[in-house]
Amino acid sequence: MSVVEQHPALMEVNPPLIRAKDYHDLTEQISVITEGDVLKTPLKYWITLSITGGVTALLGAMLTFLVWNGIGVWGNNRPVGWAWDITNFVFWIGIGHAGTLISAILFLFRQKWRTSINRSAEAMTLFAVMCAGVFPLFHTGRPWRAYWLFPIPNTDLNLWQNFRSPLIWDVFAVSTYLTVSALFWFTGLVPDLATLRDRAVTRTKQVVFGILSLGWRGSARHWRNYEMSYLILAAISTPLVLSVHSIVSFDFATSVIPGWHTTIFPPYFVAGAIFSGFACVMTLLIIARWALNLHNIITMKHLENMNKIILVTGSIVGYAYATEFFIAWYSGNTYERYAFLNRAMGPYWWAYWTMVTCNVISPQFFWFKKLRTSIPVMFVLSITTNIGMWFERFVIIVTSLHRDFLPSSWGYFKPTWVDMCTFAGTIGLFLTLFLLFARFLPMIAMSEVKGVLAHQKGAFKNQEVVSK
Amino acid sequence: MTPSTMDKLGIGDDKVYGVIGEFSEPHDLVEAGRKIRGMGYTKLDAMTPFPVHGIDDAIGVPSSKLGWIVVCFTILGAATAQGLMYWVGAVNYPLVIGGKPLFDVSYSIPVTFELAVLFSAFAAFLGMWAINGLPRLYHPSMCYKNSHRASDDRFLLVIEADDPMFEPAKSADHLRGVGAAEVEVVEG
Repeated sequence: MSVVEQHPALMEVNPPLIRAKDYHDLTEQISVITEGDVLKTPLKYWITLSITGGVTALLGAMLTFLVWNGIGVWGNNRPVGWAWDITNFVFWIGIGHAGTLISAILFLFRQKWRTSINRSAEAMTLFAVMCAGVFPLFHTGRPWRAYWLFPIPNTDLNLWQNFRSPLIWDVFAVSTYLTVSALFWFTGLVPDLATLRDRAVTRTKQVVFGILSLGWRGSARHWRNYEMSYLILAAISTPLVLSVHSIVSFDFATSVIPGWHTTIFPPYFVAGAIFSGFACVMTLLIIARWALNLHNIITMKHLENMNKIILVTGSIVGYAYATEFFIAWYSGNTYERYAFLNRAMGPYWWAYWTMVTCNVISPQFFWFKKLRTSIPVMFVLSITTNIGMWFERFVIIVTSLHRDFLPSSWGYFKPTWVDMCTFAGTIGLFLTLFLLFARFLPMIAMSEVKGVLAHQKGAFKNQEVVSK
Repeated sequence: MTPSTMDKLGIGDDKVYGVIGEFSEPHDLVEAGRKIRGMGYTKLDAMTPFPVHGIDDAIGVPSSKLGWIVVCFTILGAATAQGLMYWVGAVNYPLVIGGKPLFDVSYSIPVTFELAVLFSAFAAFLGMWAINGLPRLYHPSMCYKNSHRASDDRFLLVIEADDPMFEPAKSADHLRGVGAAEVEVVEG
């Protein structure tokens, strides 16, 4: 019996990151979720899945409707040419950033607590980027011509892409991001798929996991190359994730629209992306932790650490809002000043102040340990953060466009029911994919958590020596 | 399948893959690996549920060459991007847009960066599987009775039959001598 078990008080001083008796116990705790008989999955799972599946079907219906009628079914028009579609695109891409931050940047910083949450956060990244891709793809109006976005020689366009435009940079950034995230995610998944293969009892599972795990056998030679590959993928994903939202922000920053044309955008967008992404990971993990009984592996320490990151990035975002206002005043540029005053006090004041309340004020509650470690508080704040971050993109895009340089061109954007149902549909798609992932693939990176457990055991051994 | 391929893959009735012993803690495996290597064995392997640090030095796993492959592909990716944008913009279809130069390093940085990352990622991913000789759905080590636990909670040490010092009974005794449980001579 370890000294920590003998003296419960020690748990408080140095709580273990994960609670498992041994390696086998850990394998059991995680594999059992994916291994249960499909037919015996609790009814609440099927009910939830059918609801999210229905909402995904709504997305399909809306996109079909859009393709049939043309993009006029969306509310964006002169002067607000970008509205909900690009707001939703930036929103979803931003959500994805937390996954890469957890899997790559925290890996490089040797943050052991990341191992319990990285798999699900990476999956969330993939699904969020897929949802993001829907909007620019369908905003083209002719998604079947989407290959025109890439430099593929063709005879129907007979033109090359304009590499001087940030929009093409965006195509490269987002498609690279999706591809690299998928490779990184699958690399991490292989050893766990091998575990599932070795535990499989039915022929189908043996064949499926046997093929997916590529014959992984955990050889020391393989692990050496594997760890190198993982390190390289983490090292290139780190600048990649910073570049993606920077390039997304270039779509705005390189234009001459007051409210968009600022150099603060890249860092401000990246901080906002991480802020919203962590909030989304938090929402999903609180639900998964409760529904799948993952309390031993996703502990309060993980949640608290994530809340600290939310606090830091939320404060950076708040600071960026203040800087924007200061620079608008300091620039002496009338249009710039007007754009910002109009944001806070013009026709979209309600969107602006929702954003400030959710993004600047609400994360500040996390200064208090009591609130930072309370599940209901963090659940509510994670949702308000995501509402706030959606409004941030809405405010940036719509308020900057609805007042043109010519007052005769001024307008007021209102979303249509198709706008709303399409956005709701992507939420349905996101949740459906996440539910399927949580049920059928190992949601926690077993091989990585075992490494942490080995380390933890070693640490406890030293404590025993000291206490004797 | 010809007999020579079968021999290479370690498949067949007459082929002995090696002798495997298991440990239940990573540090025991490293300790045992070091001792076995000290006896003069050179063809050793270990199978573990997670990367065990220290095992590389203990049993002499060469360092990974993946980094060099990736560096080459990073450069190739960046060069491809620069070449593409120069050829497309300034050679194949020169088109003045907004009075901007037909090609310039400044605006080509984002795409160059992204393609360098994309090429590196594929090199790191595919290169790793290639060096490891995977996918390979069957391997003789899977005939070991507890091989399924190498992805769960057991740490296996292998003396391969290719080792010049390998003698089934003696090597098995050596493994037992360093504390291995469930020692077995494994045939492919």
